[in-house]
Amino acid sequence: MIIADGKPIKEILGMIERYDKVILAGCKGCVTVCSTGGEKEVGILSSALRLARQAKGKPLEVKEITLERQCDTEYLEPLREIVDGYPAVLSLACGAGIQFLAEKFRKHPILPGVNTQFIGVTEEQGVWTERCQACGNCVLDQTGGICPVARCSKSLFNGPCGGSKKGKCEIDPNVDCGWQLIYDRLKELGQLDELEKVLPVKDWSTSRDGGPRKRIREDLKI
Amino acid sequence: MKAGSNLEKLLAGGQFVVTGELGPPKGADVAVIERKAKLLRGNVDAINVTDNQTAIVRMSSIATAAILRQMGLEPTMQMVVRDRNRIAIQSDIFGAYALGIRNILCLSGDHQKFGNHPTAKNVFDLDSMQLIQAVKRMRDEHKVLGGDEIEGPPQMFIGAAANPFADPFEYRVIRLAKKVAAGVDFVQTQCIYDMDKFGQFMQMARDRGLDKKVHILAGVTPLKSVGMARYMKEKVAGMEVPDEVINRMKGAGKEKAKEEGLKICVEQIEQLRKMEGVHGIHLMAIEWEEVVHEIVERAGLLPRPQV
Repeated sequence: MIIADGKPIKEILGMIERYDKVILAGCKGCVTVCSTGGEKEVGILSSALRLARQAKGKPLEVKEITLERQCDTEYLEPLREIVDGYPAVLSLACGAGIQFLAEKFRKHPILPGVNTQFIGVTEEQGVWTERCQACGNCVLDQTGGICPVARCSKSLFNGPCGGSKKGKCEIDPNVDCGWQLIYDRLKELGQLDELEKVLPVKDWSTSRDGGPRKRIREDLKI
Repeated sequence: MKAGSNLEKLLAGGQFVVTGELGPPKGADVAVIERKAKLLRGNVDAINVTDNQTAIVRMSSIATAAILRQMGLEPTMQMVVRDRNRIAIQSDIFGAYALGIRNILCLSGDHQKFGNHPTAKNVFDLDSMQLIQAVKRMRDEHKVLGGDEIEGPPQMFIGAAANPFADPFEYRVIRLAKKVAAGVDFVQTQCIYDMDKFGQFMQMARDRGLDKKVHILAGVTPLKSVGMARYMKEKVAGMEVPDEVINRMKGAGKEKAKEEGLKICVEQIEQLRKMEGVHGIHLMAIEWEEVVHEIVERAGLLPRPQV
C-alpha cells in the first residue's frame, strides 16, 4: 500500500490560515490502513485544528468527511454535494488522491494534510517500511523476491557494495543492507548461482525517468 | 568584473557581441574540435560548448572547453542538470574554473528519451534555476550549496537559456525574470524565426526592466533547406517557424536554398541589432560552422572587437 505521514499541525495551520472554514477529507484506502488519513485521524486532526484556532481567537469550522477512495471518480460524489459551501479542502489522502481532487474540483484549492512517503508494508503494528519504487520493470525473480531498487540505498543491481557491514548499510546502522538480504534469501533458497550472473544495465524508461506513466486497458474502457 | 572573461568585458563595454556554438565529437577525436574551432576563430567572441546535447553521448563539455582554451579561444561551458547531481555539478565547476573556463551556461538538458540512451536514468537533482543560484553562491558567497566555505571560489560569468516560443507564452518573461533574480548575467535565446513574436517577448522583457539587468543574446540558426525549416517547425519542441520563412526557403528551390537561408539569417541579425535590449547574437550554425564567417561578415560584424 501507499504509506503517508501526517504533516506537522503548524504547517497545516499555516496553509489554512486565511480560511474560516474548511472541509477535512479523509480516505478509506491506504491512508486508513497506515493510520494517517482515515475517519479516526480526520476526527483527531479536526479537533486539534479547531482547538488551535480557538486559542488564537480565529475560530475555524471544520466539515469532516471520509471518502471511500479519493483516487476514483465514482467515490467523489459525497464531497461534490458539500464542496460549494466551503472555500477550501484539506485532504488526508496520498498525493494521488489530493491531485485527483484538484482535477475534479477546479474552483477549490485542495491542500495536502499528509506527506506521501512510499509503497510499503506493515512490518509490525505501528511500523511501516518501503518495498517498491514502482520502476515498472520487475526483477524480483532474479533477486530472491527482495528489490535492489528499493532496498539498496544506491539501487545497485550487482551488490552488495563495499559499504555493507554486518548486514547493515553504510548510510545508517539501522538500515539493512538490501543486498545482504538478497544474498541470505538466495542462500536459503539454494539459488546462490543467481548471484554469479551480472545483472544488465537497467531500462529506466518504464520508471519515473521515462516521464509520467499511463496504463490503458482497451478492453475495459467504456 | 565578476569573472573578467572576454564575453563579460565586451558586454560591459556596450559592444554588440557574437557568440558561436561547437558540438563536441562523438568520441575522443580532438581533430574534430580543431576543425570546427578554426572556422569560428576571429568570427565570434565566445564559443558555447554543448553538454551532450539531445542526450547523445559526446566528449564532455569541460574537456572540450579546456581544449578550446588551450587553443587561445574563449569557451562558454554548457552544463546540464540531467546527468549530474549537486555534488558532481559543483565539483565539475571547480575543475572547469581551474582549467581556465570563465563562462558557464546553466541548462536543464534535453530528456534522455531523445538521445542514444533512452533507457538511462536521469538525475535532475537541481533544476536550471537552482544551478544558476548554486554557481552564483559559489562565486559571490564563496560557499557550496551545503554551506561549506570554498578554497578558491570559481568566478564564473553566469549564463542561461531563454525560450520565448515555448508555452505558456505569457509565462516566458516571468521565467526570464526568475532567472535574473536567481543571478544570471547573460541569457541566450532559442533560435528565432518568428521576429514578431520575439519582438513581443522583448517588449514584455523591457516593460519589466529586464533588459537593464541581464544581457540578452538573440539566438539565430541559418536554415540549410526547406526540409530543415519544416523539421524545426514540426519536430523541435518550443520552436516556431512562420510560414513566410518556410515559403521563402521553398521558393528558393533546391539549388539556392542555402543562399536563401544565409540571406534570411543576415536579415534577422540586422533586425535584431536594432531591437532595444538585444546585446548580441548567439549564432548556432548546427553542424554548419563553415558559414559562420560569411554570416558575420555579411551582417557587418567583422572584425570582432578586441579587449
